[in-house]
Amino acid sequence: MAVKKRTKDLTFWQKIYLPEIAKGLALTFKNMVKPKYTIEYPEDKFIPPPSYRGRPVLVMEADGEERCVACGLCARVCPPLAIEVQASETEKEKERYPVKFEINMLRCIFCGFCEEVCPEEAIVMSKDYELAFTSREEAIYGKDKLLTPIDQLNDRIEFLRKYK
Amino acid sequence: MATITIDGKKIEFKSGQTIIQAAKDNGINIPHFCWHPKLSISGNCRVCLVEVAKMPKLVIACATLAADGMVVFTNSEKAVNARNAVMEFILINHPLDCPICDEAGECKLQEYAYDYSVGESRFKEEKQHKEKRVPLGPNVMFDGERCISCSRCIRFCDEIVKEPQLTFVQRGDRVTIVTYPGKELDNDYSLNVTDICPVGALTNRDFRFKSRVWEMSTTKSVCTGCSRGCNSDIWVRNNLILRITPRENEKVNSYWMCDHGRLNTFKNINQLETRINGAFIKEGLSHVPTEWESAYRKAANELKKYAKDEIAFIGSPFATNEDNYLLAKIAKNFGVSNLDFMRHENPAFGDDILKRNDITPNSFGAELAGIRPGKNGFALSEIIQKINDGKIKVVYLLEDDIAESNPEAAEAFAKLKLLIVHSVNFNKTTDLAHIIFGAAAYAEKNGTMINFEGRVQRIRPAVALATPDKSLDGQKLSRQDKFGTEYDSWAQKNIKDALPSWTILMNVAKELDFRLKYNIAEDIFLEMSKNIDALNGLNYNILGELGVPVKDSINQPLAKAL
Repeated sequence: MAVKKRTKDLTFWQKIYLPEIAKGLALTFKNMVKPKYTIEYPEDKFIPPPSYRGRPVLVMEADGEERCVACGLCARVCPPLAIEVQASETEKEKERYPVKFEINMLRCIFCGFCEEVCPEEAIVMSKDYELAFTSREEAIYGKDKLLTPIDQLNDRIEFLRKYK
Repeated sequence: MATITIDGKKIEFKSGQTIIQAAKDNGINIPHFCWHPKLSISGNCRVCLVEVAKMPKLVIACATLAADGMVVFTNSEKAVNARNAVMEFILINHPLDCPICDEAGECKLQEYAYDYSVGESRFKEEKQHKEKRVPLGPNVMFDGERCISCSRCIRFCDEIVKEPQLTFVQRGDRVTIVTYPGKELDNDYSLNVTDICPVGALTNRDFRFKSRVWEMSTTKSVCTGCSRGCNSDIWVRNNLILRITPRENEKVNSYWMCDHGRLNTFKNINQLETRINGAFIKEGLSHVPTEWESAYRKAANELKKYAKDEIAFIGSPFATNEDNYLLAKIAKNFGVSNLDFMRHENPAFGDDILKRNDITPNSFGAELAGIRPGKNGFALSEIIQKINDGKIKVVYLLEDDIAESNPEAAEAFAKLKLLIVHSVNFNKTTDLAHIIFGAAAYAEKNGTMINFEGRVQRIRPAVALATPDKSLDGQKLSRQDKFGTEYDSWAQKNIKDALPSWTILMNVAKELDFRLKYNIAEDIFLEMSKNIDALNGLNYNILGELGVPVKDSINQPLAKAL
């Protein structure tokens, strides 16, 4: 049986070892002088790009009103059933508003389906990734925590209009 | 028999039928907005346009009589184009506010837009604006912009209720619906217009914005508002009944249901404050919650203290046949012959459409199940008399607020030594009671009821109880109810600790040394079908969704061999 030559057999220069060491160290030194990618996290915050899916938030218009009309599509599409919406009637032109809008952040998987399905562009993924709770109750975010002024969400909305 | 060909399928039709009726009878669906099987033909929506061979123009299927040998195409290029055009026309002035509209999810226009529309509009101009949120009556809200002017609601008031209250005003795209001057949509059947409205123009004011359609579970049940026993669907979310809608049954209620049945038959079931959770025993002046077991024991021990002729058992026309049958059986076995139930007649309630003067759902069934005085026993009026005389000291009462509807009885009940009551809510009768058992409401248990015509119909559990029903039918639960955990704020399950009356009776009987073994309500019904001629050979499967008439329902059949 013919002996098959292994493709990974080392060449002569590799066998003498030192040139390879020099090559490796060259890469090390090159990266030593390159700018750093790591962030000193708690002190320096990571600011994600608009495509980032942080925690979902409700869009609050400039007049302090939510855009949401409580159609319930986000709650329906939510794979882990994190969202609960209870609608009610208002005297305003839009007729319908969410009297209760809760996202259980322990259930949320940040898939962004709610944002995708929303017909009113009322729920979007924010850049907030800092989520910590000390109890299950705390993890349920109500309207007070979800409503976010629209000027903080402009780049995400722009991104959505471009790519959604 | 004459035949007609629809899309290559040969079907038979009765003479006088229109194309759409012949198609419907054979399971072919031709899209329609304004046509309704029970209303006159209007032919204004034009969405049922079909092509008929050798006819020069398209015809509307709802107003064209089927003729022998007719060849109809519902999906030919011409028909499809016409349908698309009609949909585009209808959608010109229809607002795109489905996220707000309550009808979304059960909207005919939404469905047809998916099925038959091209998906975009060429109309760039401003849509016609009309009045929104007009209360047409105490129960119905009208949204002029959403209306597609099919006139179903107008025809319903004219033809079914025979009380013309609605009409069109204006013409063309400004046409809208108003009530006649000085009138409002306040007939007893007004909420049916919200069902037949193909869009969200007419909505139920009681249900508005409470829930989306797809978030609720539906359970086939029977209305308990009167002895008609209209077939209904119970819509439940978060273990609360949110609305009741009629279910088609040609033999009972057709497509309709009265407002009373829709609005007043479920609120007491939802009311957590007045619901009886568990069993209560009177100590001093107040009722103290007790373990079920000790309440059964106490009831049995107290019952044993009295002579048989000092005891009266009172059944209920609100309870199911199974509950009443078991009460009668226990009374017989225990030797109590004072057995009766109270009839509730309200001569002002009935009409000649659906509503009946007998405002209980099951008086026929209570009688059939054997709730009537035994040998030497007394009927209800005599029982009350005997209580006043001090001859009867104990009453065992099933699910009926007799003290409320009969002041005489209330006075008499106050004199009783022992009053044991099964009840869904706290009421005047439970105030007088010594032992109270929390009974499951009709929407929480399996069972049967018999309407005034003698039709046996099933009720099914729509709302979950702390002790689930063991029947193999299972129970329909909305997605939220199914998957909610105790940690989810939305899963406040509102679960009540009540039991079906037959379970309570069975457990009390056990303490009375009368062992009964029923696992599910159907076990009792099967025993009834063996012992009661009128129910011979019936089981829950045979009753199905629409129920069956009892045998020989003209001669009031009598139970035998109890």
